[in-house]
Amino acid sequence: MVSSLDADIVIAGGGPAGAAAALALAHGGFSVRLIDPRPVETRAAPEFDGRAYALASASMKLLGALGLWEGLAPRAQPMSAIEIYDGRPGAIGPARLRIDGDGLADAPFATLLETRFLRPALLQAVAAHPDIRHDAGVSVVEARQDGAGVEIALDTGESLRAALAVAADGRRSALAARAGVGWTVRPYGQTGLVCAVAHERPHGGVARQAFYPGGPFAMLPLPGDRSAIVWSERTREAERVAALDDAGYLAEIALRTGGLLGGLRLEGGRWAWPLEMALAYEFVAPRLALLGDAAHSVHPIAGQGFNLALRDVAALAEVLTEARRRGEDVGDAAVLARYQQWRRFDAAGMSLGMDALTRLFSNDVGPLRALRDAGLGLVQRAPALKRAFVAVAAGRAGETPRLLKGEAL
Amino acid sequence: MATVDAAEVAKFEAMAARWWDPEGDAAPLHRLNPCRLDYIAEQIAAQFGRDRRGRSPLAGLSLVDVGCGGGLMAEPMARLGATVTGLDAASGAVAAAQAHAAASRLEIDYRAETAEALAASGAAFDVTLALEIVEHVAEREAFFAALSALTKPGGLVILSTLNRTAASFAKAVVGAEYVLRWLPRGTHDWRRFVTPDELAAAALAAGLTPVDRMGMVFSPLSGRWRLSPEDLSVNYLLTCEKPG
Repeated sequence: MVSSLDADIVIAGGGPAGAAAALALAHGGFSVRLIDPRPVETRAAPEFDGRAYALASASMKLLGALGLWEGLAPRAQPMSAIEIYDGRPGAIGPARLRIDGDGLADAPFATLLETRFLRPALLQAVAAHPDIRHDAGVSVVEARQDGAGVEIALDTGESLRAALAVAADGRRSALAARAGVGWTVRPYGQTGLVCAVAHERPHGGVARQAFYPGGPFAMLPLPGDRSAIVWSERTREAERVAALDDAGYLAEIALRTGGLLGGLRLEGGRWAWPLEMALAYEFVAPRLALLGDAAHSVHPIAGQGFNLALRDVAALAEVLTEARRRGEDVGDAAVLARYQQWRRFDAAGMSLGMDALTRLFSNDVGPLRALRDAGLGLVQRAPALKRAFVAVAAGRAGETPRLLKGEAL
Repeated sequence: MATVDAAEVAKFEAMAARWWDPEGDAAPLHRLNPCRLDYIAEQIAAQFGRDRRGRSPLAGLSLVDVGCGGGLMAEPMARLGATVTGLDAASGAVAAAQAHAAASRLEIDYRAETAEALAASGAAFDVTLALEIVEHVAEREAFFAALSALTKPGGLVILSTLNRTAASFAKAVVGAEYVLRWLPRGTHDWRRFVTPDELAAAALAAGLTPVDRMGMVFSPLSGRWRLSPEDLSVNYLLTCEKPG
């Protein structure tokens, strides 16, 4: 005898995290409204724009459980091994550490997937699901909660009543900020430079990360002889590089690939954004749950941002589905507290771990260099440590939600 | 008011206004509730062939919650689709439950009435719940007769209570009331606690068939309760069927 709601759950933000949340919650039996400020056309653009996700195996399993992975797998590039280098631009050292994916039970431990393939796949699945309504080009203006639900005002003038609102509207979420959520923000003084290159030599499915004094430089294998470049650099230097023409920009990239990939050519666009760690003080507020970048944004040093978002999605969908099947009010504070308890430690640990790792590697100080060289050597020699390192990279620390194991809710 | 002890009623009337504060006097029930709900929803769904993944799995079923308190069990049952009646001898609890159901926009028929009085009116339900109540009841035999009379043939009676063991004395009385201060002192009289065999015997004597027993165990590390088929030493549930 529940009063009529327009939807069980309203999600603000139609990016990959919001769309994945809509699918996972609908899979759990909820009716969902996905409120997406961007028009559909920009989301479904088919051109390669140079951006890609490094999906952990747990993320692939979640996409599998939601019925998406089968269609995506042929377009993805499995990561068969990780190699770690250090040195200086123009003087890359030998590989300090190599981790082979086949040392794990479920290799490959990560897969590269271009944004242009993931986005349409998510949106097509959203459009095909009878329990999801996608409002593109629409923004949330205000959310007001009471004892029984939340009223969400849209910029179309429409007002929606739901049991719960989800903030998936990205870094420093406007919806969460209006609910009084604050973030601890730590700028790195670094800028992320992202592009894709075609190259002469095959990458062999190996992801390579070089730790340079200015920041880590990653070469992530894409299908064919192409790689995604994720380069974190001190902001002043990054601004100089970003202002160069394509030839000058490519020369800077080539200086840092150290000849590992042979001759290079730019593919798609060039991207730059300032790097900062932001962690919400609370992942929940009355009748509101935060997920993805709204809850935590991390350094892209290991490609954990989207993987962390999917861990949020899986935990939230499981907590809410369990709550509904036992008749609990899914917007109740006690229910939301379970989600926060499950996710916050993991997300904070990941953010701070990435933060510490970045600070350790982004410098050229002698003693620290010696320390990290010793550290990498230790990891290289200790199989258990190495497995733990890979397990975290593959998103398997802590208790695992069902969707991340590829299981239905 | 045949089976209701007046002093016991007064204790809960004092607690009624604070039923819905998850950190208030009813905090132990708020903590226990997800575990109880999982078991009860599953037992009812199995008995009546319902799929718990559906939107309103208990739709069309009538349910009475005897000793409903502030409605911590009645509201979830209504949300699962059942038509719910809540009984409590304490009018303060019923008033609190009515106010909360209205704010939650749920329709629940709350009554400051006893099980015996409702049974005498001829009302009968698919499911009768009597949770954390039997240990507060003065005349157990008459109480079970009323539970049985309230239940339609083929329906279920589900009870939960505290076992009378050394463990329950240590945890429920000394631990919860004196050490952790979860409950006001004097909430429980350990001598009134009932063993699973005594509870099953009382059910049988009232014409009910015990069909399932389940323990509930609190883990201090996770702060959560879980169901345990092995450990019935403190909190446990008993499901009985009313023969058709």
